[in-house]
Amino acid sequence: MATVASDRLFGKSIKRREDPRFITGRGQYVDDLKLPGMTYGAFVRSPHAHAKIRKIDTAAAARHPGVVAIYTGKDMTGVNSLPCGWDLRKEKNIPGVMQDLAIVPHMPLTSDAARHVGDPVAIVIADSHEAAVDAAEKVQVDWEPLPSVTITEKAAGAGAPKLHDGAPGNVAFKWEIGDRAATDAAFNSAPVKVKKRIVNQRLVANAMEPRACVARYDDATGELTLWVTSQNPHVHRLLMCAFVLGIPEHKVRVIAPDVGGGFGSKIFLYNEEVVCSWASRKLKRPVRWTASRSEAYLTDAHGRDHVTDAELALSNDGKMLGLRVKTTANLGAYLSTFAPAVPTFLYGTLLNGVYAIPAIHCEVTGVFSNTTAVDAYRGAGRPEACYVLERIVEAGARAAKMDVGELRKKNFIPKFSGAFQTQVAVVYDSGDYGAAWDRMLQMLDYKKFRAEQEAARKQGRLLGIGFSAYIEACSIAPSKLVGALGAGAGLYESGKVRVHPTGGVTVYTGSHSHGQGHETTFAQIVADKLGIPIEQVEIVHGDTGSIPFGMGTYGSRSASVGGTAILMSLNKVIEKGKKIAAHLLEASPNDIDFTGGQFQVKGAPSKAVPFGAVSLTAYVPHKYPEGLEPGLEETSFYDPSNFCFPFGAHACVVEVERETGKVRILRYLAVDDVGNVINPMIVDGMVHGGIAQGVGQALCEGAVYDGQSGQLLTGTMMDYALPKADMLPMYETDRTVTPTPVNPMGIKGAGETGTIASPPAVMNAVVDALAPLGVDHIEEMPLSAERVWKIIQGAKSAR
Amino acid sequence: MKLPVKMTINGQSYSHEVEPRLLLVHYIREVVGLTGTHVGCDTSQCGACTILMNGQAVKCCTVFAVQADGANITTIEGLAKDGELHPIQQGFWEKHGLQCGFCTPGMILSAYQMLERYPKPSEELIRHQLEGNLCRCTGYHNIVKAIEWAAEHMPAKK
Repeated sequence: MATVASDRLFGKSIKRREDPRFITGRGQYVDDLKLPGMTYGAFVRSPHAHAKIRKIDTAAAARHPGVVAIYTGKDMTGVNSLPCGWDLRKEKNIPGVMQDLAIVPHMPLTSDAARHVGDPVAIVIADSHEAAVDAAEKVQVDWEPLPSVTITEKAAGAGAPKLHDGAPGNVAFKWEIGDRAATDAAFNSAPVKVKKRIVNQRLVANAMEPRACVARYDDATGELTLWVTSQNPHVHRLLMCAFVLGIPEHKVRVIAPDVGGGFGSKIFLYNEEVVCSWASRKLKRPVRWTASRSEAYLTDAHGRDHVTDAELALSNDGKMLGLRVKTTANLGAYLSTFAPAVPTFLYGTLLNGVYAIPAIHCEVTGVFSNTTAVDAYRGAGRPEACYVLERIVEAGARAAKMDVGELRKKNFIPKFSGAFQTQVAVVYDSGDYGAAWDRMLQMLDYKKFRAEQEAARKQGRLLGIGFSAYIEACSIAPSKLVGALGAGAGLYESGKVRVHPTGGVTVYTGSHSHGQGHETTFAQIVADKLGIPIEQVEIVHGDTGSIPFGMGTYGSRSASVGGTAILMSLNKVIEKGKKIAAHLLEASPNDIDFTGGQFQVKGAPSKAVPFGAVSLTAYVPHKYPEGLEPGLEETSFYDPSNFCFPFGAHACVVEVERETGKVRILRYLAVDDVGNVINPMIVDGMVHGGIAQGVGQALCEGAVYDGQSGQLLTGTMMDYALPKADMLPMYETDRTVTPTPVNPMGIKGAGETGTIASPPAVMNAVVDALAPLGVDHIEEMPLSAERVWKIIQGAKSAR
Repeated sequence: MKLPVKMTINGQSYSHEVEPRLLLVHYIREVVGLTGTHVGCDTSQCGACTILMNGQAVKCCTVFAVQADGANITTIEGLAKDGELHPIQQGFWEKHGLQCGFCTPGMILSAYQMLERYPKPSEELIRHQLEGNLCRCTGYHNIVKAIEWAAEHMPAKK
């Protein structure tokens, strides 16, 4: 039966509509695609972190059976650099720029030098994957190895080898935010000060599906179709067509089918998809490439890699007076698509946290190094900000000799709705930080825990608790604002609603699901609004051939920005429907109500037509209002007026094994406030996954380069430790609900909260656990058993 | 040089001539055309390629196709019978045990063998048994719940 307004789906944990194809093995990922005449690409990559290319000899490889073509950078004439989509230059009036961004070239196939291990120099294309890989090994590159630098703090140091002519001293940019003079003044007069070095190590996103693409050029029509593992197919198309290949956008169709996770790493335009697209046009045959996991480690944009000195100034009674932050951010060898935005506007603007800090200053230096390019990874800048703040806050509490919880409560911004002007430019939308915190403490039973901890310590056990009261900016983003900050794009979203004559509805969203469950949550919105069964709603995403230009999925923007665009189109459909219904019912459109799937005359419920009858009339317009166009299809673009600011309070309880240094998580609690929630089951799932990634950062993950050779030591899943089921607990989650006034559904965004909140909670917990040994700070993650064991030994010997 | 292989996959028999170095996972995906079995790594860590080979959960990226000659194989496509989901598949759906779906086929087939060995597993045992399967989306919470759900709903063994 029809779903009516009384059983509203918004807020219900309905099962996901996309799941049946995944649980039966019938998802369609890029690598599953087979096309007639397919060729297979294999890339020849640099084995050196830094080396000049003297000569590339492809003759032997070309003779390998099955080889179709081999291309180097020199063959790709007329092809431009991969673009950087975020500008940080004074001439563009970008606020905070101290030294202009060095916009350095990033060619799809490098032909002068390789600047990191894995830098691609040639593609071998063959009739089979095996032939391509075999032949790629026969390509002879005459390398002249050069000294390399991979370590963040050394990249811009004296004597570091230079990566780019256009970036003297390997400095990519210098940028600041906040009030330097006010912050200095606050520190000069503050009675309590604490300063810590805080390192946010380099991570690899590790979406379970490696990146892949299939490019097919149709010589008959001149059309290129690119299937690619993308979080934002329109952005891929625009950047590739307009900036790199110079081909007409309307002759290119980008399809991102089922995509096996992204976490940011599939936002960016990469070398491989550009090269395969170019080669397919050249060969007039489809070209497929799928990354091996080792290639993924070497080429997927990495995340984080900040080294920070953070200082907090406090009054004697624990009031925060000032925060000073100085960060070096490693951008890797090239500028990835949105790289400069991450350690600047997505980082410095979140340093106010949930606290009323009167003075803040943050200075960031971006540096180039002989490492894989760094860009947005789940949270992107916001986890780094939260990490700095929540670590220094606990260090500050220890310096002020206050309880870490009491100190936080004392400094929370009081409950508000509408606007809170921070010291770092952004204006928060709504918040009740104390409420989330109190709920978390209640779930935890904080007093009881401290008593248990006391008892455990007497037995020599190392039990600890750590907190994290986070805020993040999502629902990205107001186009005008981000334009003024350097973005090369707008950040609205599109939503098209096509009502079919028989009353079914197809919705086209510019956002993209690679695990987020759009086919369910968006359908919930549509079914509610139109009062039709959810089975009559189809959600289409990931195809530039059918969807209006959209910006894709990242920054927890799909529901709040993409969902609002759909809602706007639904409203337009209903408004037009009222005109049609009014004509059928011989009433004025102003007298028509739409409720429960029925258009009815106000005050006369018996005079009504169902949605389906109006849909049919729109396409069979025999009895139809004068001057009204036939059809029932509406498109909207929603550009938010502000970011939304989800927040929450997380806590982690750990026990450290004194003899081995092994950290065991006993409890993990998360109270998140993401505004209104469409599907609680899906939101909980994203919170869980985010927590696991954050715990992974705190306890096991980290991309490590050899300081001498510049080789990536963590280049396989054997070496890069991903969190597994047996190192994680069942998460205890709850929510408070503070709707945002920014969008009509009051949705803030939920995709990144866990990743943002959890690393400091875990780290703070381990510091607390080791406090009886005299440990009051730990600079580096991850807390492998070895690292913790060394800290314990160091603490013992210092006593 | 190519060698003949013959095996039964999901009740259907296949025979081909393959290169000796062809991995079973590539045989299943590229030659037979069953793409539900996924490749997530190249070092046998992720478990996305887990299948059942002669009743054992096996990472088929670590087996050559020629080694599977004569084997009886079940892939994710063969688990549902007559349009009816297996309780493990149903459990993953009911408990939201998947997000992007890429690790899911391997998770489900690992769980299959787990529940054959341990029909009523504890949470701790499930977590330990999942050591060979990586998921980047769910944080494992709902995968554990999904397997618990399946354990409760498995038909009694005759």
